[in-house]
Amino acid sequence: MKKYSGFSLFKHSLSHHENWQAAWRSPQPKKEYDVIIVGGGGHGLATAYYLAKVHGITNVAVLEKGYLGGGNTARNTTIVRSNYLWDEASKLYDHSLDLWKDLSQDLNYNVMFSQRGVLNLGHTLQDMRDIERRVNANRLNGIDGVVLNTAEVKEIVPIINDSQDIRYPVLGASWQATAGVARHDAVAWGFARGADSFGVDLIQQCEVVDIVTEEGAVVGVQTTLGFIGAKKVACVTAGNSGVMAAMVGLRLPIESRPLQALVSEPIKPILDTVVMSNAVHAYVSQSDKGDLVIGAGTDSYNGYGQRGSFHVVEHTLSAICELFPMFSRVRMNRAWGGVVDTCPDACPIISKTSIKGLFFNCGWGTGGFKATPGSGHVFAHTLAHDEAHPLAAPFSLDRFNTGHLIDEHGAAGVAH
Amino acid sequence: MHHIYCPYCEEIREEEEYSYTGEAHIERPKDPASISDEVWGDYMFFRSNPRGIHHEMWYHAAGCRRYFNATRDTHSYQIHETYKMGELPTVTAPTKAAPTKAAAQGDAS
Amino acid sequence: MSQVNRIATGGRIDRSKPMSFTFNGKTFQGFDGDTLASAMLANGVGIVGRSFKYSRARGILGHGAEEPNALMQLHKGNETIPNPRATQVELFDGLISSSTNGWPSVEFDLMEWVGKIGGKMMPPGFYYKTFMAPQNMWMTYEKFIRKAAGFGKLSLDPDPDTYDKVNVHCDVMVVGAGPAGLAAALEAGRSGKRVIIVDEQNEFGGTLLASNQTVDGVEAATWAEQATSELARMSNVTSMPRTTAFGYYDHNFLCALERRTDHLGPVALTGTRQRLHRIRAHQVVLATGAIERPLVFGNNDLPGIMLANSVSTYIIRYAVVPGQRCVVMTTNDSGYQTALDIQAAGRTVVAVVDSRHAPDGRLVQAAKAAGIEVMAGHGVIEAQGSKRVTDVIVAPLDEAGDKLVGAGKTLSCDLVAVAGGWSPVVHLSCHTGSRPVWQEDVAGFVPGPTIQNQHLAGAIAGEYRLSQALNAGVQAGANAAGTQSTQVFDCGDESEGAAQALYIVPHTKPSSRAPKQFVDLQNDVTAAGIELAAREGFQSIEHVKRYTAMGFGTDQGKTGNVNGMAIVAKTLNKTIAETGTTIFRPAYTPVTFGAMGGRDIGVLLDPARHTAMHPWHLANGAEFENVGQWKRPWYFPQAGETMQQTLNRECLAVRNSVGMLDASTLGKIDIQGKDAREFLNRVYTNAWTKLAPGKCRYGLMLKEDGMIFDDGVTACLSDTHFLMTTTSGGAAAVLGWLELWHQTEWPELEVYFTSVTDQWATCSFAGPNSRKVLEKLCTDVDLSAQAMKFMDYREGTVAGIKSRIFRISFTGELSFEVNVPADQGHYMWKKLMEAGEEFGITPYGTESMHVLRAEKGFIIAGQDTDGSMTPYDCLMGWAVGKTKEFSFLGERSFSRPDTARTDRKQLVGLKPKDPTVVIPEGSQIVMDPNQPIPMDMMGHVTSSYWSECLGHGIAMGTVKGGSDRMGQTVYFPQADGRVLAAEICSPVFYDPKGDHHND
Repeated sequence: MKKYSGFSLFKHSLSHHENWQAAWRSPQPKKEYDVIIVGGGGHGLATAYYLAKVHGITNVAVLEKGYLGGGNTARNTTIVRSNYLWDEASKLYDHSLDLWKDLSQDLNYNVMFSQRGVLNLGHTLQDMRDIERRVNANRLNGIDGVVLNTAEVKEIVPIINDSQDIRYPVLGASWQATAGVARHDAVAWGFARGADSFGVDLIQQCEVVDIVTEEGAVVGVQTTLGFIGAKKVACVTAGNSGVMAAMVGLRLPIESRPLQALVSEPIKPILDTVVMSNAVHAYVSQSDKGDLVIGAGTDSYNGYGQRGSFHVVEHTLSAICELFPMFSRVRMNRAWGGVVDTCPDACPIISKTSIKGLFFNCGWGTGGFKATPGSGHVFAHTLAHDEAHPLAAPFSLDRFNTGHLIDEHGAAGVAH
Repeated sequence: MHHIYCPYCEEIREEEEYSYTGEAHIERPKDPASISDEVWGDYMFFRSNPRGIHHEMWYHAAGCRRYFNATRDTHSYQIHETYKMGELPTVTAPTKAAPTKAAAQGDAS
Repeated sequence: MSQVNRIATGGRIDRSKPMSFTFNGKTFQGFDGDTLASAMLANGVGIVGRSFKYSRARGILGHGAEEPNALMQLHKGNETIPNPRATQVELFDGLISSSTNGWPSVEFDLMEWVGKIGGKMMPPGFYYKTFMAPQNMWMTYEKFIRKAAGFGKLSLDPDPDTYDKVNVHCDVMVVGAGPAGLAAALEAGRSGKRVIIVDEQNEFGGTLLASNQTVDGVEAATWAEQATSELARMSNVTSMPRTTAFGYYDHNFLCALERRTDHLGPVALTGTRQRLHRIRAHQVVLATGAIERPLVFGNNDLPGIMLANSVSTYIIRYAVVPGQRCVVMTTNDSGYQTALDIQAAGRTVVAVVDSRHAPDGRLVQAAKAAGIEVMAGHGVIEAQGSKRVTDVIVAPLDEAGDKLVGAGKTLSCDLVAVAGGWSPVVHLSCHTGSRPVWQEDVAGFVPGPTIQNQHLAGAIAGEYRLSQALNAGVQAGANAAGTQSTQVFDCGDESEGAAQALYIVPHTKPSSRAPKQFVDLQNDVTAAGIELAAREGFQSIEHVKRYTAMGFGTDQGKTGNVNGMAIVAKTLNKTIAETGTTIFRPAYTPVTFGAMGGRDIGVLLDPARHTAMHPWHLANGAEFENVGQWKRPWYFPQAGETMQQTLNRECLAVRNSVGMLDASTLGKIDIQGKDAREFLNRVYTNAWTKLAPGKCRYGLMLKEDGMIFDDGVTACLSDTHFLMTTTSGGAAAVLGWLELWHQTEWPELEVYFTSVTDQWATCSFAGPNSRKVLEKLCTDVDLSAQAMKFMDYREGTVAGIKSRIFRISFTGELSFEVNVPADQGHYMWKKLMEAGEEFGITPYGTESMHVLRAEKGFIIAGQDTDGSMTPYDCLMGWAVGKTKEFSFLGERSFSRPDTARTDRKQLVGLKPKDPTVVIPEGSQIVMDPNQPIPMDMMGHVTSSYWSECLGHGIAMGTVKGGSDRMGQTVYFPQADGRVLAAEICSPVFYDPKGDHHND
């Protein structure tokens, strides 16, 4: 892999950029691999990268039915934070946040991780009780966070509507200063380039149509490019996890729902942090290009259509205009949907299955992007050792039978 | 934006009048005490979640307050039929039967 | 200043209505009927903006929604509007506009030099390759990058305008009122169907308004006017100009934005600025037309290079001819029409440069006959000039248009009209998930298969000729309306030469070394950039889009995308059909946030629910708390009181005499039927078999996972009639829950549920004197302790009103609740206040209610529970029926390994070691305050208050294994460094034996 740098840019500019090498190869699949990762999104590519880098397992293929990073990696609102309520979840996300901090250097690819801080607003007394609870838990877990009152929120976001006479006034917020946003496509591409440099085969336009088992153990996958053998198959197919599981007659505690997001036309910078509000279902940041990046709520129904219903967007924009009355004159440029795999407890599944050699990493719901490096890191460990990474252990499928759910719905400010 | 025929009201009404309430035809175990934790967990949490034909329940919350079933394509969002509680669908998925087994963690479990 | 480019006659402008406007501080004149763009062109304005990345000078390219360059800032001060396209802004007198970038001015922009020098270092994706070391410096770099971000500026003041929405239904919705749309609407309208036709422009007609052709012998524009007025006369047709259908959603739901006042002036002083139409159509006719493609050659972004069709539109519709000496570069016959139009306007056509070797269509002949020089088999390979095009280099091409086959020559000109073929406007058809398909014979993507009730007409389907469009419109209208028609139009346009598909004009140098050949003008995406992306492995069309930002602009690639996709295909040696297209998403053109919010902002963001007694609360100075959608009195401060002083006064009044709470917001569900009792057995944890009429019981409701979901008191009115109360926020969810189980699992039970929350108002008054208050107003019920016991229910007359009287208590005091029909609630409240006056009856709000119940250890579902607490976790095993015949909802989950653990978090009382301390709610609980971080957290404080009657702080919280830790000390490390301590105790702090409520 040729190193990227300011100097390499200068050098290539002298030859009119005609000599850049491809960021990754486009190999034909081999007959067999040690590990097949199904799904070339951020999580799958990160898993491949860490399998190779940390565990030295390089005879790995990532099979992608479309193009790398084309699923939810390409469709999310890029928020990275770790201020979750429960120990299990916050430790997993904080592990990820730690990896984010050095990721550009590690990958030699600028993922533009920008720690511009995230505010989670509270609008009711119960919201504020939940925020106090969560921030206290974060603090005692060593995760940065403070509780702010309305005036302190206003100091960080001067354009926010701090009137106490509105329908749901801002009573305060939690503030994680080390949280922020990253460039979503770059994360997938950086991991892809990194994995490729270790010899991982990234195979695009290769759809897995069946998972082949013999005597309760995986032997490979049937694809649109033919059979490819492997004793370990890892499904990292957000938005299609249920479809993958059905190939071996399994069901998952997952429902796939549309989640919508939108961007405005670019305007001159006006908002430097990420503002999230669960109560009114809106979150917003402004990209380096100037667009307001806005997330809406999840649609209520199961849907694989990468589009949702308009009233969800209307509701979100009402809330946005309430929080930021000056945004009323901004115009929506583009709205789209992703397909999120939602779990009953709003926590992911990182788990073996009853089929030997078949692993799932799914169920990240609306907030998987932030976990990309951490998810790949712990899942690679799980695959390499055939045993859950300690941080991944609580996220096994078993919890749905034992009752050990990690319910991030209740008080945790879940979402994105 | 779905436009949904309520089989009780016998009218097509806007999605905003309804609440989606999950997969249809999941029966509560008759004798919960006699079944294993796995079967109980399966009943509570595990879903077929297909891409394509899906039988699901909708609640006419801002209408007649009846629950009914719909056969809907989760990819095209086409609604093939809606039918009353207790009735069976006339449109079903053409391919292999929906999976019935809940995934479990395997040798660790 | 004179309008140098204005033609003396013609055009759809009103020369009797001159209008003055400014652009970048200079004042100009235009006419009513102009767009800002046509007026700028009339005045010879060349540079309207600077490009995003390289700060290159840019002029107007198009005449409508496709315009990538002319993004404006409109108006000044608070009323500023960022980013409208000059081509879509109707001119009004006094309009103030400016460019959105360029420093110190758009004419002389210093950033251009940064772009020129640094541009070489800024190929697509350059930022992924640098600014990495060290990583924590990124935010510093980013600060500089953000300085260059964005187009227009936003005022920080609230939007002075209002917006609204309407819901509309129709049989046939026609999108686009060009020839195809008008023909379709006429056909459908004549059938009597309810028709809506919308068009984004200020008047109907589309390309007819800028055409020299005739329709059945009538001038095109005249035909459009006739069609428009026929539609206007039909009562079943709604015609909406200035209305853009921007989104097409599932099941034929379309959203259209009507601009009601933007064309009148800065701010709508009265009425609505924009209105969102939410349209549900049985049938949809898409007649959205096509957009002309520019051609890709060196420096093709210079001001003065415009779409040929736009040049014609400016000439014919606006009487503006935007140059003196024009070169037309075309790949098809339509460019010749522009050449004829320019000549007719009295300006010079230097040459028509046609990439085809033997063009011979009707228009070609006409141009030749008019003496226009035609350079067949040639292409413009490069434009030259700094602030405007001054010359073009024209060179001979091979038959396929792939290679140069001879030396170039220079033509001097100040206008280049480019005609690169047409791209059907497929945008709306994509919104419902349909993927466009490449159609070779029309050299464009057309809408793919769909499951919507959708019909296509005209250029959107590649039917580019006027007669084709009109005839297709008739058939689409007929199909949509369920009629038949044989109507055929004659426009004399049958013969047209075949077009050549040419997506990039070759240069003497490869793209990487040639002057920049722009594909996407708004995002500065070049042919070289696209080739680089492909070289670097970004070969999927989506990857190219994301790596180069092609099509990500506010024009969503309306002009550039197809050229870009073709260049990708060519680079990869594939066909365009193989590389495919990206998918267009809503909105077709940008839509104001305010319009999508409509009136659902401010107090209407979410309905506020008020109880019958709300006016009294307002009049008596209540502070309110949002509980669900309800506005509940939080506390009733008196002059000079702090909140704590108010609470102390309110709580003591209850403990010592009597206080009253408005409890109307609690959900109330009327349950009737012979199996009502059995139903309650199944949904509540405890037993209901033996609850006699006239008695009440507290119940816990669980989800199947065994976790508490709601609670409340249910009264038995008769053997077949119960009244259930729920939490204020949970009422709707509980009703849905009951209906779910009844309708899906137990339809054999005869039971009926009715929400009566709004029908009854509830006055809850508590305290040792509460009976005395009630006795003053109620004489037909024996209220004595012997006759009406704790948890009894009676019907009687209170203050002359038939009432439901409950002796239940959430305060631990003797307490009654009187329910009356809601319209008499305010009256009842006042009567009780009067009756209680001699006892100092004190109204209290939710905060005192919380304190009083916490003193008794009563939980609030949703505050002390969070979806992870079982009844046992709340030490409420007493409320679980162990011997019930039917397995109630949630029971099975108790025995799951994790739920059966004895060391789960349990809800206990917490008595602060320092009695003056109130532990902050949400504090986390640890056993060892000296443990380094990360600390082992045992649970958290769910409720905590100052108890005035006990004289110390009290709290409830969850603690792992808490029920076995009575008497142990736990700690609460605070953010400010303090560590508070408390002893684990019973949550019942006040009157543990219950003597008071049993009085």
